[in-house]
Amino acid sequence: MVPEAKFGSYYGRPVLKPPTWKTPDVPVYMFLGGMAGAAASMGVLAELTGRPALARVGRFAAAGGAAGGTVFLIHDLGRPARFLNMLRTFKPTSPLSVGSWILAGFGTLTGAAAATEVTGWLTGAGRLARYGAAVLGPAMMTYTAVLFADTAVPAWHEAHRQLPFTFAGSALGSGAGVGLIATPPSQAGPARVMAVAGTAMELVAERRMETRLGLAGEPYQRGRAGRLMRAGRALTAAGALAAAVSGRSRAVSVAAGLGLLAGSLVTRWGVFEAGRQSATDPRYTVVPQRERHAAR
Amino acid sequence: MSNHLSGPVEDVTGQSGYPAGHPPRMGFFTDTSVCIGCKACEVACKEWNLVPESGMDLLGSSYDNTGALGADTWRHVAFVEQVRPRESAPVDLGMPAVGRPGGQEAADADRDVTWLMASDVCKHCTHAACLDVCPTGSLFRTEFGTVVVQEDICNGCGYCVPACPYGVIDIRAGDGRAWKCTLCYDRLRGGLEPACAKACPTDSIQFGPWDELRGRAQQRVDHLRASGVPRARLYGADPDDGVGGDGAFFLLLDEPEVYGLPPDPVVTTRDLPAMWRAAGVAAATAAAVMVAAFLGGRR
Ligand code: SF4
Repeated sequence: MVPEAKFGSYYGRPVLKPPTWKTPDVPVYMFLGGMAGAAASMGVLAELTGRPALARVGRFAAAGGAAGGTVFLIHDLGRPARFLNMLRTFKPTSPLSVGSWILAGFGTLTGAAAATEVTGWLTGAGRLARYGAAVLGPAMMTYTAVLFADTAVPAWHEAHRQLPFTFAGSALGSGAGVGLIATPPSQAGPARVMAVAGTAMELVAERRMETRLGLAGEPYQRGRAGRLMRAGRALTAAGALAAAVSGRSRAVSVAAGLGLLAGSLVTRWGVFEAGRQSATDPRYTVVPQRERHAAR
Repeated sequence: MSNHLSGPVEDVTGQSGYPAGHPPRMGFFTDTSVCIGCKACEVACKEWNLVPESGMDLLGSSYDNTGALGADTWRHVAFVEQVRPRESAPVDLGMPAVGRPGGQEAADADRDVTWLMASDVCKHCTHAACLDVCPTGSLFRTEFGTVVVQEDICNGCGYCVPACPYGVIDIRAGDGRAWKCTLCYDRLRGGLEPACAKACPTDSIQFGPWDELRGRAQQRVDHLRASGVPRARLYGADPDDGVGGDGAFFLLLDEPEVYGLPPDPVVTTRDLPAMWRAAGVAAATAAAVMVAAFLGGRR
């Protein structure tokens, strides 16, 4: 723990404005987007390696996650009717602009792929759409980390090197989770590997967020954010462990999948809350800036 | 000059695409050493810009019952009460003595109660994070080099709110859109000075071309330091700082954080390339994990 430092402030009031983004909207949007991204890539890889059940699950989870995530994103806007204003322009300096275009492309492709599958029409175009979505999958898994990091919020901004790995790991786990729940264990082998590797990636990145960021890493360990992060870690780790030992057991696979999905959602929530905490307490803004200033 | 994300910029208006011959960059120099805390700026701003009332609260922070800048507060006068060692004997102005209201003397004779007053405002940053992250183009750079929200475009995504390193811009409750100081864009286009500067009775708020104001601010701080106010300093006037200098900068009499200002703000988008690089590596790693899981994994 970093020792409490004395610092000046204006009646203890925050220097920054905390994010006005709502819960559960934003954590759920990030969770669904990440899950959908992993599911899309997983589905196509399953298709190419002869695992039709896993491929199907991946396709529908990708379409559902993208559609659901978009609904939550729109619902979070102060003026939802103006959502399309995001697509009037493309701004490379705004991760939300870049992200909206990624989401729009991914959502269209996964939606088209699911539609061709359900109707049986235009199956060639459907395959192309699936492949396109699979390529965008890893972008879906990580762009939301840049969205958080590109703010003045200390716990998010200072974590800009680690957050993409936390989110990518979390997304791998949740995509694998859907596969574990909805696929016979005989086809879910790769999902089990994804679950274990994703969880390892996430846990290493989270550990770095706590140890390498100085004061900015503290909110991840304190208060509500700390509790959410610990709960997310416990659920994810339990899920990955269960996935590793599930073998041929469908029941254990389903339990593992549920743990991974819950862990992924709770972790996003914890990251969101840590940012809010770090923006609300002027200590996280003033103390590191004062040190940086003094060092110059 | 091609410092698009951070660093000093010669012509911020030109860099935003305005053709040569655009008006000079305009700004505020707020000299807090002559602020008397009358809040005329707060009132004039609300009146001119039709900013909704922001509540009638007693905040228990000296004479400041406004609190902070926000969607409905575009000028905010801070009041800081401090007890410090007496620096010099009070000067007798030969005025009829009425005495101070009770409770405003320091407990011991060699210390003084001092008041710092400062009118805060949007900094109209050279590198404005709010503008950088806005996904709709609602936030834009005007021909005067200032930063303004177009309320008919804003969709209330709220990204500008946590992006601002000064905690200025916010979402208006019940409206859903982001609002902040426009540096009276409408008045500027009509050749008038902003309402707050017009109303300020002591010229604590000075409006003018940015270059000129910076020269004036430097003179003022030199003068104060030479006449025995070593704590006087400029804040936001340095184009080499983390935001490339503020269009609205200040002369302060104490550390910035005492007034609720960040001591060393940096525009978050300075690190945007590093963020996307990290995300790219993370995405590639995730892709490699998936490919390996399918090619190498057991069934
Ligand atoms: S102070 Fe904040 S709201 Fe004002 S221009 Fe800078 S980033 Fe934008």
